[in-house]
Amino acid sequence: MAKVPVQFTLNGSETAEFIESGTTLLNALRDKIGDTSPKGGCHQGTCGACSVIIDGELKLSCLTLAETCNGADIKTTAGLAEGGVLHPLQRAFLDAFATQCGFCTPGMIVAAKVLLDRTPNPSREDVVEALSGNICRCTGYEPIIQAVLTAARANSQNAA
Amino acid sequence: MAIRRGRGVAAINYPTGMNLGGDPTQALVHSTPTGNFMVTLSSVDLGQGMKQIMAQICAETIGVPTDRVVIDTADTDTGPHCMGTFASRGTHRAGNAVIQAAKEARQVMLEVAAEELEVNASDLDTDGQGNIQVKGAPQKSISIFDVALSAHFKRGRSISGRGMFLIPRSYPEKETGAMKPSTCYAHACTVAEVEVDDETGEVTVLTVKNVFEIGRALNPKMVEQQLVGGSWMGISHALYETTEPYYPNRDHGGTDFNQYLMPGPGDLAETEIIVLERPSADGPFGAKGPGEMCANPQIPAVANAVFDAVGVRIDTLPITPERILRALKAQAAG
Repeated sequence: MAKVPVQFTLNGSETAEFIESGTTLLNALRDKIGDTSPKGGCHQGTCGACSVIIDGELKLSCLTLAETCNGADIKTTAGLAEGGVLHPLQRAFLDAFATQCGFCTPGMIVAAKVLLDRTPNPSREDVVEALSGNICRCTGYEPIIQAVLTAARANSQNAA
Repeated sequence: MAIRRGRGVAAINYPTGMNLGGDPTQALVHSTPTGNFMVTLSSVDLGQGMKQIMAQICAETIGVPTDRVVIDTADTDTGPHCMGTFASRGTHRAGNAVIQAAKEARQVMLEVAAEELEVNASDLDTDGQGNIQVKGAPQKSISIFDVALSAHFKRGRSISGRGMFLIPRSYPEKETGAMKPSTCYAHACTVAEVEVDDETGEVTVLTVKNVFEIGRALNPKMVEQQLVGGSWMGISHALYETTEPYYPNRDHGGTDFNQYLMPGPGDLAETEIIVLERPSADGPFGAKGPGEMCANPQIPAVANAVFDAVGVRIDTLPITPERILRALKAQAAG
């Protein structure tokens, strides 16, 4: 099958690659471009581990064709830290022990980031709703919910 | 038709490890030329934090900061033998093996330091900060960095140790069948409060209050993390999870995450965790295995709470609305 060029911004960097038509964004990111932070859990849009941010929207990269992302602005968990300083969400997840095996964590963090970008002071119900598309097997969710609420509080204190 | 409330309690004993043909784990410890310590294991960290715990155990035994220890669990083909990370045995079995290996490495380290300081090794102690000093005369000291350099480049010593921990096979007594399948037991008790809708059969877990007795908590925050997640998983086992809802008939068996039910972040019960520590006699620093048992007592507690609420005993898991409604129907038919 003929390869097609794709070009988008990944975590602030211009990225271009030739891919086989029909390649998912998840496989393009992991196998072609080398960003393994989105995880392949179910490959059918159920578990949320592959979540990324495309033009500000939370998307499942396993259900997104890479060739539809030309010109897009894509963010993954791998691009959240700035200059070696963890993003407040990453810091809060660490402090709250909100990760065990870690497989769901990148998807949880980008889901939470989209929430906090739009709703800087979310209620617990807002957080539950935002995370409801992401499956976690280890933590029982409560530490993750607490981490997101903590990160939101840290953000609003910094803003004030 | 009404929403009925019930409360159930359950208590469990849970063995640490198992005993089929004997239960061994081995560990190797060696220092790098710069005085860091490598622990080589075949025991795998599944996300429960075994690497952190083994680093703590090795550091405590050798007398160095935890960040001076690196845990290598890279390859079960080439690493020292371990039965595996299961049966809540990792901390207990591997931890004991690491202690033995670290003690041997510590002894070599003190011997090299003794040669450098021209004193007797038995007069030396670690300060826990990366130095070795003469007991009672801390001004006479040498860094472990320098000891390791000396061992590698001057003294020709390997600062290393071998550790093995084996629970030998226990055979049952012929007359009584009595045997010792495990070495120590963790304990737990859960009180669950539920609401059962006797029209729809739906169960809502309102609260779970858990007490866990887990020996010494080697890392209290990680223990709490394990227990909170485990408590959630126990409720999941009780009410949601199965691959075979009509076993042995395969109908309606889940084939993916869409159909394999687990409680999501919106289905959480108010959860309380209390940890009791009664150190075990044979565990590393008194530890037992809290891993698997923390997801167990919620199951009978929820079953008992359902009985308390609507008077039916569900003896097949998970306790689905269908099973409750069928049981209520049978009860009404009397």
